[in-house]
Amino acid sequence: MGPFLETLLGGLMVGMLYSLVALGLVLIYKASGVFNFAQGAMVLFAALVMARFADWIPPLTGLNNKFVDNALAFAGAALVMVALAWVVQKLVLGKLVNQEGITLLMATLGINYFLEGAGQALFGNDIYKIDIGLPKEPIFLFETTFPGGVLVNQEDVAAALIAAVLVALLALFFQKTPTGRALRAVADDHQAAQSIGIPLDRIWVIVWAVAGIVALVAGVIWGSKLGVQFSLSLVALKALPVVILGGLTSIPGAIVGGLIIGVGEKLSEIYIGPMFGGGVEIWFAYVLALAFLLFRPQGLFGEKIIDRV
Amino acid sequence: MLYRENGQFKTSYRADQQVFPILQDRVAIALLLTLAVVAVPLLASEYLMRAVLIPFLILSLAALGLNILVGYCGQISLGTGAFMAVGAYAAYNFQVRIDGMPVIASLLLGGVFATLVGVFFGIPSLRIKGLYLAVATLAAQFFVDWAFLRIRWFTHDNPSGSVSVAGLSVFGFAIETPAQKYLFCLAFLIVFAALAKNLVRGAIGREWMAIRDMDVAAAVIGIRPVYAKLTAFAVSSFIVGVSGGLWAFVYLGSWEPAAFSIDRSFQLLFMVIIGGLGSIMGSFFGAAFIVVLPILLDNMPQWFGIPLDTAMASHLTFMIFGTLIVFFLIVEPLGLARLWSTAKEKLRLWPFPH
Repeated sequence: MGPFLETLLGGLMVGMLYSLVALGLVLIYKASGVFNFAQGAMVLFAALVMARFADWIPPLTGLNNKFVDNALAFAGAALVMVALAWVVQKLVLGKLVNQEGITLLMATLGINYFLEGAGQALFGNDIYKIDIGLPKEPIFLFETTFPGGVLVNQEDVAAALIAAVLVALLALFFQKTPTGRALRAVADDHQAAQSIGIPLDRIWVIVWAVAGIVALVAGVIWGSKLGVQFSLSLVALKALPVVILGGLTSIPGAIVGGLIIGVGEKLSEIYIGPMFGGGVEIWFAYVLALAFLLFRPQGLFGEKIIDRV
Repeated sequence: MLYRENGQFKTSYRADQQVFPILQDRVAIALLLTLAVVAVPLLASEYLMRAVLIPFLILSLAALGLNILVGYCGQISLGTGAFMAVGAYAAYNFQVRIDGMPVIASLLLGGVFATLVGVFFGIPSLRIKGLYLAVATLAAQFFVDWAFLRIRWFTHDNPSGSVSVAGLSVFGFAIETPAQKYLFCLAFLIVFAALAKNLVRGAIGREWMAIRDMDVAAAVIGIRPVYAKLTAFAVSSFIVGVSGGLWAFVYLGSWEPAAFSIDRSFQLLFMVIIGGLGSIMGSFFGAAFIVVLPILLDNMPQWFGIPLDTAMASHLTFMIFGTLIVFFLIVEPLGLARLWSTAKEKLRLWPFPH
């Protein structure tokens, strides 16, 4: 029972990080119909900026306060992501309004290449560390219930808390602020939203900025776990089955989908993997998502697709 | 003035339904073919053939196959690399396991297996559409990559899927020099291009296009979506599979699954979109653009004598590549093929546009 629970928890933790990346994808898709392939590159880019700022800022402020320095670095990186959102909207997506989905997808792939190149050209391709002071020691739970207990990383728990707080903040932002209401209106119906005077351009910048900040949080969490390196941008490939499983237009879908994929991946690796010589988790998520789609083509929580002639 | 169809009257149905109805087009294509078949092998340097022309030929074949699926039938696929891999490894197995198997036969049989796998992964397209389908086809990509890496039988017990073929010969002629390889690939490309062109202007091509434009409406007027979509998957993955076999046998010689990774799928999709969706000609333009551009970008610093270390150069290449793709999508979302047809329209009126 112990190992099973550990795998399950590990899967949930990984799945939550997938959810964070998937969340960025869903936000942008819902608001602008753009399938943002560059989300993984944005995670990498944001994490690189954060890691470098965290190195550069302490000598500047002269304070020996880790929290302040990290907060400053985070704020700086968030600003960079907002600027990036503005540039993307002005230079790329603003010029591609009304194009087909596939053209937009390819444009974000172009952005993806650009960000991967730019991130490494500006900041070098060393592996950086982000240290935001998450506790590292593992703890044991349920030691009394069964022998050996369950090993849990405190770091993972902290990361889960951060992610939960982020999601709660996003929910508040969407439900309670005027901007959030405008965002929901745009997501619901572009033309109707525009006709009552919601500026689409500005909304799209905001959405990309929010997705950028979500990417930053995901990048910081992954980065403090594994170090900031190129492979971070591959996380996006894991987030794709998550979004189609959960539904491209559903935020709860992204979260639930992420958890399902994370758990499924880890369990399959342990229980099915040995039968085929390992490495099953590479494709398991996709096959799982595909199997779900055969029964619900719009994903678990997606809006029903209605075809009219 | 020169490019005008005035006075070319069609007096029979045959004449009216030619692939190239305009005389000047026929002359141009004939010239182009002679140039490609006769002049290029004699004149081009070995480097040019090996590094540019052979990859261009093989990848335009693959782009042609993908264009049938994405451009004509409207089913977005990100699993092209996987179908190429199936073609390559199936052809390899035929080549290695059966004594005296002709190369062309193994390549074509490789294509047949790619067709089977393609149709299998095409079945979800009956339920899943658009971007959902695009992501679903990634399942094929990752599964196939994994299968050739881990399942030993497919790779004749070679560890980690790295295999090689040597001593190719066709009808007793060895295929060794770059010029021979070039001609071999060119022959495949010409045959398949003619085939594809005729398919897409026939009844089945029109069914594909109807499905692409709106599948519900197509079904209403009596086109069977199952048949149309699956034939598109079949034809497309057959061509892609053969090109995968060529890529492995002729261009690489020895390869491993990473040669057909997801990057290859994206590269091919770029070719199709930059070249022009739903255009045979566009596949060639797109392939030329995507093959030549990185080579140019890589060599650029040397030509201008700018000192750059290789890591920086590769990052810059990434950035410029990304920028150019976005630039092209903004300037001409319909692809290079559209530029070409605009140029032809202009040429018809030149030099008296009014």
